[in-house]
Amino acid sequence: MKQRPKILLADDEPDVLEMYRELLSQLPSQPEIHTTNSGAKALALLESEPFRVFICDLKMPKMDGLQVLAAVRRRFPQLRTVVLTSVVDEQYRSRAYAIGVDMYWQKPGAEQEIKLFLDCMESLLGHEPGTGFRGVQSKSLVDILQLECLAQSSVVLRITNGPLSGRIWITGGEVVDAETDGLEGEEAFVRILSWKSGSFETLPAEPGRKRTIFKPYNALLLETAQALDESRHPADEAAPANAVKPTPIAAVAQLEDVEFVVAARAAGTPGIESRGAENPEAKARWAQAALERFGGLGDQLAAGPLQQLEALGLQCHVGLARAGDTHLAVGWRVRLPAEAVAERTRKAAALWQL
Amino acid sequence: MSLFRKAPVPPARLPAGSFTVDPEGNIVVSTLPSSFPVSLIEECGRHVLATFREAQAADLPLLELVIRYAGLKITARELRGGAIVFLLPQPPPDAATPPPAL
Repeated sequence: MKQRPKILLADDEPDVLEMYRELLSQLPSQPEIHTTNSGAKALALLESEPFRVFICDLKMPKMDGLQVLAAVRRRFPQLRTVVLTSVVDEQYRSRAYAIGVDMYWQKPGAEQEIKLFLDCMESLLGHEPGTGFRGVQSKSLVDILQLECLAQSSVVLRITNGPLSGRIWITGGEVVDAETDGLEGEEAFVRILSWKSGSFETLPAEPGRKRTIFKPYNALLLETAQALDESRHPADEAAPANAVKPTPIAAVAQLEDVEFVVAARAAGTPGIESRGAENPEAKARWAQAALERFGGLGDQLAAGPLQQLEALGLQCHVGLARAGDTHLAVGWRVRLPAEAVAERTRKAAALWQL
Repeated sequence: MSLFRKAPVPPARLPAGSFTVDPEGNIVVSTLPSSFPVSLIEECGRHVLATFREAQAADLPLLELVIRYAGLKITARELRGGAIVFLLPQPPPDAATPPPAL
């Protein structure tokens, strides 16, 4: 028997909870609706059982909605999150999207709006967790590209997958350029399409963008699909005997201006790796403590996820970032300017996860 | 449908301003809005001081920390054992259009 998807609804007003419980229970997927009147209780419920969608008001006692959502996005990255609020302010909408919520809804005030809201909730419930791109649920990046190209759109798609990000330029329905972390053109396009999930944004078109990709989009997508398929199932004879992929720590250590690398697994898995570091245990402890304390502070401030931390010193600079389940500390030569430390640390974290 | 709406009480805005803490973590001066909880300022100051001190213990004498969140940038400079801390809300990246609501 198919399991009913579960929705958790958090709002401090009992009448509103009851009203939305009634509305949401009528959805075709017949979800189980759980309700709570505070952020702390919502977090406890989410810890205790799996939910498909979390709907949260912004005005909540003690922890406000943005604080709750920041904590939820960090602890339950696969959970679909929705803001449902009566607050009309673009700043909060922007902050909610910066935190990573899937949808921001002003509480519907008309029947048509309610219908639209329910349609969206049904779409979210139907979405298989772990795949697809935030923004357009249940669609792969190939689907999104095909839609834009078929519509003859001119647009820039920015795609983000954890610390990785890339852009694809579409002009008049043709893919003209792509870039991601040091790659350009078709190479970048293939790399971006290898990401299974993430989020995307549409940016204004850049008609003057220099064209580096000349293939029609359908040929490009076909070739990319073939390339990705081959990379997943490489022919044994095609692999050179001496082709050894460098370990993540070796790849990061080889970056220009790196002085040391220390990588510590997040809680639960002991052990650290290091290259070129003196006293790596102490550096690992410091990096873990800093990332954890400032990660927690970000939740309290509702400032969105901690992206990274740069520590500028007299002898060297250090960039700290989470790369998957690893706390990464990269020491950079002191001659690097602060902006370069930020940029290169971001790249190092991305490289770690390739 | 008026039942659906309630008087909005929005969450706190992200703060913009600066504060200084002495080596014991006491706030010396602050330009942050008075609506911003003092407990959060103190906590931020404690975290900054602890990070500077622990870095020293790890053979990493530091002058400055830059902490980047999606919506806020915190810059902290070491100040004779204390610190001066700047908080600056960050605009949404590239003022991009939000994801479509299906």
